[in-house]
Amino acid sequence: MPEILMSEPVMPNIKVKDHGHLPSAESPLLEVENLSLYYGHSQALKNISVKLSEKVITAFIGPSGCGKSTLLRCFNRMNDLIDSVRITGKIKIGGQDIYEKSVDVIELRKRVGMVFQRSNPFPKSIYENVAYGLKLHGKNDRAELDEIVERSLRNAALWDEVKDRLHTSALGLSGGQQQRLCIARAIAIRPEIILMDEPASALDPIATAKIEELVLELRKEFTIIIVTHNMQQAARISDYTAFFYLGELIEFDATGKVFTNPAKKQTEDYVTGRFG
Amino acid sequence: MPHRDIGKRSAGWMGLSRGHKARPLEWIAEKAIFAVSLSTILMVFLIFVFIAKEAWPLLAGKMNSAASQEVIAPEDMDKLSAEELRVYLEMTKAEFAAKDRETLQLLMELKAEAGAEAPDDKDAEINTTELRYLVKPYQWSDYDKPEYIWQPVSAIHKYNIIPLVIGSLKTTLVALLFAVPLALGAAIYVSQLAPPKLKEYVKPVIELLAGIPSVVLGFFALIVMATFLQSVTGSHSRLNALVAGIALGIAVIPVVFSIAEDALTSVPRSYIQAALALGASKWQAAWQVVLPAAIPGVFAAVALGFGRAIGETMIVLMASGNASIMSWDLLDSTRTITATIAAEMAEAVFGGHHYRILFMLGMLLFAVTFISNLLGDIVIHRLKGRLEGKS
Repeated sequence: MPEILMSEPVMPNIKVKDHGHLPSAESPLLEVENLSLYYGHSQALKNISVKLSEKVITAFIGPSGCGKSTLLRCFNRMNDLIDSVRITGKIKIGGQDIYEKSVDVIELRKRVGMVFQRSNPFPKSIYENVAYGLKLHGKNDRAELDEIVERSLRNAALWDEVKDRLHTSALGLSGGQQQRLCIARAIAIRPEIILMDEPASALDPIATAKIEELVLELRKEFTIIIVTHNMQQAARISDYTAFFYLGELIEFDATGKVFTNPAKKQTEDYVTGRFG
Repeated sequence: MPHRDIGKRSAGWMGLSRGHKARPLEWIAEKAIFAVSLSTILMVFLIFVFIAKEAWPLLAGKMNSAASQEVIAPEDMDKLSAEELRVYLEMTKAEFAAKDRETLQLLMELKAEAGAEAPDDKDAEINTTELRYLVKPYQWSDYDKPEYIWQPVSAIHKYNIIPLVIGSLKTTLVALLFAVPLALGAAIYVSQLAPPKLKEYVKPVIELLAGIPSVVLGFFALIVMATFLQSVTGSHSRLNALVAGIALGIAVIPVVFSIAEDALTSVPRSYIQAALALGASKWQAAWQVVLPAAIPGVFAAVALGFGRAIGETMIVLMASGNASIMSWDLLDSTRTITATIAAEMAEAVFGGHHYRILFMLGMLLFAVTFISNLLGDIVIHRLKGRLEGKS
């Protein structure tokens, strides 16, 4: 294998990010153990086990229908909304199995935030959008809300663009601004983990670049799992990459390794663009 | 493709489709559909014109409903000019032209007879169709204070419409207060909270309510609800505005439910997902996110419910007690504009003042629904604009 790779470099046009020292996976924040998921009779996730550490960016890549988004939605139990879904195995966050009966889904979703593929701000004002989650969790003090809204919008690199129109409808923003608003909304409640389901796939390249920059910035404070179709994006921003194919986790490793020296043939084929 | 080719293709068949591709059948179909939609607009317009035409002599002050009027002896018919005779007999030109001499003579005799029978009353010479008698209280003889009275068939025709207007508003208000919370609650439950299986059953059943003929609902209100409500409220009159309003509410529920449910269901699922992902419960998502986003549609539902309630006739005719009492008390019998038109139109003299007053009430009803729809539209537009960040 190494000889072949040397003579045939994998995706030479992809620049893999260099974060230097990566945190070790000895005390993982999120552990998946033998997770299988069924939609009715069809199995969408097959026996997946993986451990993700704190404050890193993990990218989930793979062709459409490979189960990466489905797995992502297991982490905040959004799949609960679908009646036919059945899950076996365990997902532990901070050592707690989130599918145990005693777990409060609302508490879980407070700890695990989510940003969706299509920006989906509420048809309320920009301020109300960011403050919504805070109010849900019982924060009503005006001064405190003001402060958190400003901080969240600053963190989402949106403050300067919207500070003069906080009380106008969020639907008046551009697509990229709306998506950053959704990120601000998600980080306002200070989750430990932020799930991002192809957050930039509906945006133009400039807005995408802004989102990517933002994601890298957020890594200082949050653990981020990002599903993406865009392999350059995965290579640019993630620390770890998981490659999924037909509901199976094919390979999980440091991003540099996955993109330059993958262990599996399927991964190599996918990242070099031979299929998918 | 060269430019002139495009020109050729869009020139059309027989020059009919300038700007279209040459597709005559589509052109014809389009125009036919346009004609159909135009005809409905025309229909509404024509109905309004008809009603207005019948009410016009009254509005123009040409009617005189005084019980005792100056009588011209039938023998003196020939001394009057044709025009004077027409005005004396209170006929339109067309009506006058259609009568032969004998009929006119007969009418004059009838009028003389009526004049002879006129009550000996200080009010007998009042033209009660004047605006002030229609909308302001007046102290009729034998009354000890000025009052609003609707008594079209008494010796002195009393046409005060205020008791009827209040009757309509009272029952409509009760109907909306009863129906809107129930219908909205059901719409929120069915569209947001109910399991899909249950939704499949509940939705059609509620909409089936709309299929109950209003005469059946009226009968139910008259026989069952009235007795029950009287035992609860201890009201003096068995049939009253409360009974009629609640029965009316039952008819309004499916209208409001159906439209509100559509509006709530069409709120993008992504809003709900976003709220849930932030840790909202299903109920919080429905109440705090979906309902505000669907407000224009919900408002439209309520406006339509109002139109249905104020225009409904049979239920109120049967269940309201039909007494034109000037009172805001819900437990008094009451009478609505619609019930009045339905009950009295058959006995009103064709072309007479009573007949014209009823048409004027019809115009009033038409105007109220038209204005409420218009205002509703404006409000909906504003609300939508605000939600979409355009205002």
